[in-house]
Amino acid sequence: METYFDHSATTYLRPEVTQVMNKYLEDEYGNPGSFHYKGLKAKLALGAAREKIAKIIGCDPSEIIFTGGGTESCNLAIKGLTKSKKKGHIITSSIEHHAVTDTCDYLERHEGFDVTYVGVDKDGIVDVEQVRKAIREDTILISIMYANNEIGTIQPIKEISEIAKDKGIVFHTDACQASGSLDIDVRNIGVDMMTLNASKIYGPKGVGLLYVRKGIRLVPLIHGGGQENNRRSGTENVPGIIGFAEALELAQAEKDSESARLKEIRDYLIKRVVDEIPESWLNGHAEKRLANNANITFLNIEGEAIILLMNEHEIYVSSGSACTSKTLDPSHVIVAMGMPYEAAHGSIRFTLGKRNTKKDVDKLMEVLPDIIEKLRGISPVHLKAEEIR
Amino acid sequence: MIEVKGTVHPDVKAKVDAKSWFYTDEVRDHFFNPKNILKTQKEATEYEAISDGVGEVGSPACGDMMKIWIKVDSDSDKIKECKWQTFGCASAIASTSIMSEMVIENGGMTITQALALKPHDIVERLHGLPARKFHCSVLGDKALSAAINNYFFKSGQKDRIIVSKGAEIVDKILKITDKDIEEAVLEGAHDFEAVQKKTKVGVQDKTCIPRVKELIEFYKDKYYG
Ligand SMILES: Cc1ncc(COP(=O)(O)O)c(C=O)c1O
Repeated sequence: METYFDHSATTYLRPEVTQVMNKYLEDEYGNPGSFHYKGLKAKLALGAAREKIAKIIGCDPSEIIFTGGGTESCNLAIKGLTKSKKKGHIITSSIEHHAVTDTCDYLERHEGFDVTYVGVDKDGIVDVEQVRKAIREDTILISIMYANNEIGTIQPIKEISEIAKDKGIVFHTDACQASGSLDIDVRNIGVDMMTLNASKIYGPKGVGLLYVRKGIRLVPLIHGGGQENNRRSGTENVPGIIGFAEALELAQAEKDSESARLKEIRDYLIKRVVDEIPESWLNGHAEKRLANNANITFLNIEGEAIILLMNEHEIYVSSGSACTSKTLDPSHVIVAMGMPYEAAHGSIRFTLGKRNTKKDVDKLMEVLPDIIEKLRGISPVHLKAEEIR
Repeated sequence: MIEVKGTVHPDVKAKVDAKSWFYTDEVRDHFFNPKNILKTQKEATEYEAISDGVGEVGSPACGDMMKIWIKVDSDSDKIKECKWQTFGCASAIASTSIMSEMVIENGGMTITQALALKPHDIVERLHGLPARKFHCSVLGDKALSAAINNYFFKSGQKDRIIVSKGAEIVDKILKITDKDIEEAVLEGAHDFEAVQKKTKVGVQDKTCIPRVKELIEFYKDKYYG
């Protein structure tokens, strides 16, 4: 039996989603742009999905642009806005997903924009005061994530959106990790642009959206047939979008009960791991975190080795270790919290989901202590937590 | 062929071979059953007392640290035992394991042979490593050289002590030399970022960065100028 603790990477589809998608994969497969009934039916279904999502996030349907996922939405928000401005200053945080960080980095290196990366405190929460202080005359965009994908910390985006509004600066939030458990009504959280995707909430991969408040001008990144009101060309992913709408509706309807259930399992996991395995600790704020995220450092060993040994027991997790990143840099998020590199290399992220129960934690704890002990045995490093924290 | 557990779509299964998994079968074998390893801190302390030389490179901050202990037969100048410990990923564990086997097989390498051991030889025996994991095997041979030097020192053979294969050490923490920079440039890394990706030079010892940049320019001029 496999134990999947990597729901922040992606999820399985829930059956309700598979079911509605199947209809549009096999029967109602038309192109919404076609001039016949087959196309019209797809067009109507697409419109209904858009309206469903608009209702959930509290906006007008015309303010939603469907995209090919979270990465594309973040790119569209940041590049689309800056392309219409030529130059200016962007504020973002030091713990964003690469979809945001690398886009900002690109604009800084190649397009002449200035970027300020505001830091986080030792619990991984963005410092609102730093955001306020970073604002300049020419600041055109603030992009701060709603909830972090590695350590699960929830950011004070309402406070930041108030600051942004006050100064007339566009505020984008990457809410990919938030839609399963947090309030994503744009009227409540006050953002101007918001990125969402389907693959973290039991919907399909490669489908996302960008909410763009009316009046904000974006230059499209993809030109062609003029779909999505000329803002994102290409035949619409009708089954994907319909699956996304269904997944989002269910996730938001269940968010309180499912969060409560996950939180209990999460806290059980954290307690057992930290209590039973020496020199281990939780990364990120203990309360201001996603209900399904536990990120734990195991000192003196390296994350990739832990993952591969757990993999043998069909327990699936991820790590902030350098060896599991393409760039050989350890997690920028854990380092941003002021943790030494040693702590990032041995960090393991457990992210829970619908199919997990406390039993999975018990299964984990049957093997994890031995894995950690084995790797510590062969490690020549013997640091103590209090020496480096 | 690596068996992927659980159900895999038939179209996928046909394509899941050693290369599309993370590592080769050899890496996998040595990762799960490392040879010549000291399994606990206690074993390591006890072995250190009876070993002839010990060498250590890397640091946990860089994500890799290796320690190697050797026993040498002074008459034949051959390495009889090669034990190790590592903080690192699967490829670091596997490359040190296979190196320890190479060093002691067939009655053991002579010191001269051991010093001539190249990262490339280790990677070959592992049937390849992902390019970005290459530096793991580079650390193995460095730790071995350091252990041999320590043996020279402890056994009073001061004339044989070598400064990292006769090279200038630029990165003092990872013990990366000008030769490593030269190799990286020859392998196609033509600016500091590319060289750092290959060698990890300057990741921790930031003081060496200006010197590394100089060396890159020098070797680029020499070979491509
Ligand atoms: C916070 C965050 N932003 C962006 C993305 C990228 O989304 P996608 O994989 O749909 O492009 C992810 C998922 O990996 C994420 O967790």
